[in-house]
Amino acid sequence: MNLRKVAVVGAGMTQFVRRAKETPQEMAFKAVRAALDSCELTLKDIDAVCLGTAPDSFDGFHMNGEILSQAAGAFRKPYMRSFVGGGTGVFVPIQGWYHVASGLFDVVLVVAEEKMSSYYPHAQAAFLTIFDHTIERPLKPNLLWIFALEMNRYMTTYGLSKADIARVSVLHKRNAADHPCALLGDATITVEDVLQSETLAWPVQRLDVSPVSDGAVALVLAAEHVARRITDKPVWIEGVGWCLDTAYWTNRDLAYPRYVEIAAKMAYEMAGIKEPRKEIHIAEPYDPFDYKALHHLEGLQLAERGKAIELYLNGDAERTGNLPICPSGGLLGVGNPISAAGLMKVAELFWQLRGEAGKRQVPGNPRRGLAQAWGDLMQVGTVIILGR
Amino acid sequence: MEKEVAIVGIGWEGFQPTSAHYSYKEMIYQAAKKAYHDANVDPRKDIQSFVTVAEDFIEGTSIFDEYTPDQLGAALKPMHTITGDGLHGLITAYLMIRSGICQIAAVEAHSKASNVKTLPHITHYALDPFLNRPFEFHPDFIAGLEMTRFLHESHLTPEDCALVVHKNRRNALDNPLAPYGCDYRLSEIQESRPVAYPLLESHIAQPADGAIVIVLAKREIAASLSSKPVWVIGVGWCNDAYSLEYRDWGDLPYVTKAAQMAYRQAQIQTPSKIIDFAEIDDLYAYRELMSLTALGLVPKSDLSDAIRSGKLYPRGDLPVNVSGGSLGMGNLLEANGCAKLIEAVLQLRGEAGKSQIPNPQIGLVQSWRGIPTTSAAVVILAVS
Repeated sequence: MNLRKVAVVGAGMTQFVRRAKETPQEMAFKAVRAALDSCELTLKDIDAVCLGTAPDSFDGFHMNGEILSQAAGAFRKPYMRSFVGGGTGVFVPIQGWYHVASGLFDVVLVVAEEKMSSYYPHAQAAFLTIFDHTIERPLKPNLLWIFALEMNRYMTTYGLSKADIARVSVLHKRNAADHPCALLGDATITVEDVLQSETLAWPVQRLDVSPVSDGAVALVLAAEHVARRITDKPVWIEGVGWCLDTAYWTNRDLAYPRYVEIAAKMAYEMAGIKEPRKEIHIAEPYDPFDYKALHHLEGLQLAERGKAIELYLNGDAERTGNLPICPSGGLLGVGNPISAAGLMKVAELFWQLRGEAGKRQVPGNPRRGLAQAWGDLMQVGTVIILGR
Repeated sequence: MEKEVAIVGIGWEGFQPTSAHYSYKEMIYQAAKKAYHDANVDPRKDIQSFVTVAEDFIEGTSIFDEYTPDQLGAALKPMHTITGDGLHGLITAYLMIRSGICQIAAVEAHSKASNVKTLPHITHYALDPFLNRPFEFHPDFIAGLEMTRFLHESHLTPEDCALVVHKNRRNALDNPLAPYGCDYRLSEIQESRPVAYPLLESHIAQPADGAIVIVLAKREIAASLSSKPVWVIGVGWCNDAYSLEYRDWGDLPYVTKAAQMAYRQAQIQTPSKIIDFAEIDDLYAYRELMSLTALGLVPKSDLSDAIRSGKLYPRGDLPVNVSGGSLGMGNLLEANGCAKLIEAVLQLRGEAGKSQIPNPQIGLVQSWRGIPTTSAAVVILAVS
């Protein structure tokens, strides 16, 4: 494929918090301002805006994209909001990518915002309305309930223990202790803490799950000829992939995310990657639950099926390891304002590949990173590969 | 003229005021089947990317994009949702094909408005919660305000708007897709109930159900798929202020900017001379007149003449909403733009039946997402 080259040239984010005092618009504005300032551009330089935000019910607005348009910098500009549930955070830079790659625009702003605290008493209730109205809603399932099913299936298929899976949560939350925007960083957390936390829906315990959060993230994308004028250190979007499986999740093999595999292969092919385990230097798999990071590493072909846990047991997943995983702290540590959390992972790759990640910096000048998000009814995979 | 991407297949189901015997999935399936047959493609093998347009609150399901792939044959394929009008979805497919990520893409838009018991109540949730919602006004009140300002600035009367209703609902009689065809007397239109004076009930498009699927393809393969490819030669879209307080109530700068973007791409300098017909927003009758000016097709000062002289009728110089528009086809919510696009494609292919205008070459389609948004899109289509 002979595609127009697109770079990430700026990134910014707000603090991820449990209950922001700012309105959704103010959070989006703050992230946009930070991203523009990071590359010394203004809204005048922006040709179009792409927005990502997960279900409208969190913010309590119908047409949430329209409500955020002005704050996202889209006043009198081409503006669209894309949506693939939890996968939105990594999809929205893909949307920005095709805006620039189409040749219609040179500089595009990508914004993701989520305010989950508006939902009273708890955002989990919003998920009651995501299920099939006839065959599932009468059972009153929620997300913890169905992911407990999936976690159980994954553990049972590969004979994994709760203590091993808790290692994921421990590493990510420890990593997040170095992230200035993190909500749940904890440098001293142990496996015991995770195993003794409150049980929500067996085998899911409180510290196996990422927190409900508020936050916003923004990126600036630019076409090659413009990117080189904006920065000495453009980070290129080398591959993108996405895949949506059937809505009938009860018919799916819950032990293995095939949709993530298909999305990853699409991105690897575009990036010309034949051996992902050697060619990807940093991975930011989606980790709303600790087992999900493992599940996704396998779908991404970065580990054999049932063997992703070994990366954590042998130290490869640490920042100093062979394949650093979620050096940001991930959703488990930094927080999970749905779409903003996915875009935070892409921003992390941008900072890591430019050597600007501060205390979180992965040593050895990493050249290539992958971020992935997942969502809907255990159904969608979105993958982006950045390189320098 | 740029010919990079063509529409090679269209399919629809409906449109009708209610569809009690059908789920939205069944309607979409029927539309998809027809579009794939029209484009001679197999969705499982040939189509590389799919787009749906939808809003959660209208669907009554959170994270509605979960339910989009199966009825399109898109499971385990690249598929995503755009929360926008059908034209935004079409533009998305266009961008993806131009980027090189896919060669054939499908777009789906639907409305199951008959499932929505309280549309004004839902629309209320799209207003600013601090500054606007406390007034608890009906969404049509915003249209009434805009109409008042527009009529004042352009020296038009409610009668000019009634003529738009008369034209579009009569046009709809010749369109087999349109459920709201009717040959009203002008007095009947003007005697209807005021909703937010000067806005009358007859000026407002009534809800309808329907589904539309459109298949687009890259230049190199378009000709092999369709004997009558319809080229997308210009696209534009734009948002203005979300805040009601910041708007320019007498004009539609977002429609103008969207149109300018599309004209620039299509290399059209004087649209009023080049465009053979237009299918444009008429969710409220006054919006058709307002949009005509914003699109640069009729100056504000000539609007009254244009609607009274017959220029905008099917036999006129600039036929507008020959399909019957939203007043005739119904308000199909996010599918409005695609319903108009179907008419434009049929006209350009010469397949519009009784509505057919003689030998059109270039058509313009424009849509607006409705109250309270300032989100508009424009697509310019051509046959060679």
